[in-house]
Amino acid sequence: MKKNGVFSRLALLLTAVFLYAPIVVLIVFSFNSSKSRTVWTGFSLEWYQDLFEDSRILSALFTTLEVSVLAMIVSTILGTMAAIGFFNMRKRPRSVCMAVNNIPMTNADIITGVSLMLLFVFAIGVFNSTLGSVTGTELKMGFGTLLLAHITFDIPYVILSVMPKLRQCDPNIEEAALDLGATPWQAFTKVVLPEIQPGVVNGAIMAFTMSVDDFVISYFTAGSNTSTLAMEIYSMTRKRISPEINALSTLMFAVVLSLLAIVNIRSAQQERAAARREAELRQKN
Amino acid sequence: MKKKLLAVPYVVWMAIFVIVPLLLVVGYAFTTRDGGFSLENFKTMTQYWPVFLTSFRLALIATLICLLIGYPVAYWISRESANVRRIAMVLIMLPMWMNFLLRTYAWMSLLENTGIINTFLQNIGFFDLINRIFGTDIAYFHMINTPGAVVLGMVYNYLPFMIMPITTVIEKIDPSVVEAAEDLGASGVQVFSRVIFPLSLPGVLSGITMVFIPSVSTFAISSLLGGGMTLLLGDLIQTQFYGSAYNPYLGSAISLVMMVIVLVMMAIMNHFGEGEETAIY
Repeated sequence: MKKNGVFSRLALLLTAVFLYAPIVVLIVFSFNSSKSRTVWTGFSLEWYQDLFEDSRILSALFTTLEVSVLAMIVSTILGTMAAIGFFNMRKRPRSVCMAVNNIPMTNADIITGVSLMLLFVFAIGVFNSTLGSVTGTELKMGFGTLLLAHITFDIPYVILSVMPKLRQCDPNIEEAALDLGATPWQAFTKVVLPEIQPGVVNGAIMAFTMSVDDFVISYFTAGSNTSTLAMEIYSMTRKRISPEINALSTLMFAVVLSLLAIVNIRSAQQERAAARREAELRQKN
Repeated sequence: MKKKLLAVPYVVWMAIFVIVPLLLVVGYAFTTRDGGFSLENFKTMTQYWPVFLTSFRLALIATLICLLIGYPVAYWISRESANVRRIAMVLIMLPMWMNFLLRTYAWMSLLENTGIINTFLQNIGFFDLINRIFGTDIAYFHMINTPGAVVLGMVYNYLPFMIMPITTVIEKIDPSVVEAAEDLGASGVQVFSRVIFPLSLPGVLSGITMVFIPSVSTFAISSLLGGGMTLLLGDLIQTQFYGSAYNPYLGSAISLVMMVIVLVMMAIMNHFGEGEETAIY
């Protein structure tokens, strides 16, 4: 194929400008000395200072990290197990399971959120009017329901990134381990897991980012007393907007940027290592 | 050993948290507050027909614009070297991983009447020039709180979902197929229209799906950039579950109809894509 000319390069550059213009605006105005988000009045760090004294934002940040980490751990374990299970199923049940697994990914977020909200309201209502009234406990939507919702939309991404690795695995290696006297658990942890590990790690990272980034599903499942960062931002954009939000977004951007850099350097290294291994193999043959 | 059994916990999980909730949506859609089967929600819904029309119209426009921008961008990216491609993909994904409310909110600063774009145009004397030429008297472009701003918000937020799958698919096209077409005397335009474009269709279809579905169901973008002037389906559903208009029965019915229309549209589109599987990356 032909290389790109000046015109197409320019168009690519314009697309980058379009994608990054609002982000640059956010970052620049996080250092503004006045409350204005359109007029530059001078450099200051006061919004960063305010941010770290704002207990609402900090507690929302903590809730977000807590739910994202917990959801990541549970969904990585459940998702990896499910991927292995699906992989060993016959074709028919497997395709049914994969189809259901795809529902939360392809459905509109608002429908996933609303449907889970209906489930939680319904289940909590049933519990409170039966078992709850007997034992005197009353359940409410909150962190628990938020976590259940996050696990539900995280698992499909874990499965989607573990599956291809399982397909690349050579089944004979595991059988060899079993023949040589390894217990099934040993065969799994020492042979299969190292093989599928990149997929598991990738799935965990995806689950975490999906959780941190989610707004719509959290909004419908967190109840009135629990608030994630995205929900806090939403309520702030509707009332009075503080440049603390800019400071926060700048910090988040820096974190995402460094995470992405790490991930990409990692995968570049892995690719190079794989290429080297392949070259060595070819030499031996 | 029965490795299949490892899937049991998640199968149970899916039944409870994926299947049952969707059944509840259907159940609620066909009942009212008094309980019992009823079609009343669907009758009430007819008054919201304009909202359906606006939502689907704006989402279609946004998807079309994403396709018109995204396809050439994806095509050009796939022609770059591997290193440039890697960096380009990271650059496209990076904004996607930043909270979309924050990014949308930043557009407010850019688009407002006294916002950054208008101030910039004023400072370089653009409005003076226009006023002198056309004899008009404008001091700013009115951009925020219009349907156009809502479409811009959709395009901005979901453009990466169009570029990514198309790039992935074009990258995978075997270069020898293109060379064969060229050797057999195809012109540059023919190579594109008869070889590259048909082979990239799965990516286009999954891009359209991934832009259209969130666009048609969005509820924060319109309240931020549309100033509440443009009521969309997402806003309508949201007000049925939260706030003064609390009516989850009607909300479920609207969700159900939206879901069915989207599913039918996707089925038709995939049918015309000659049953090619949509690419999931």
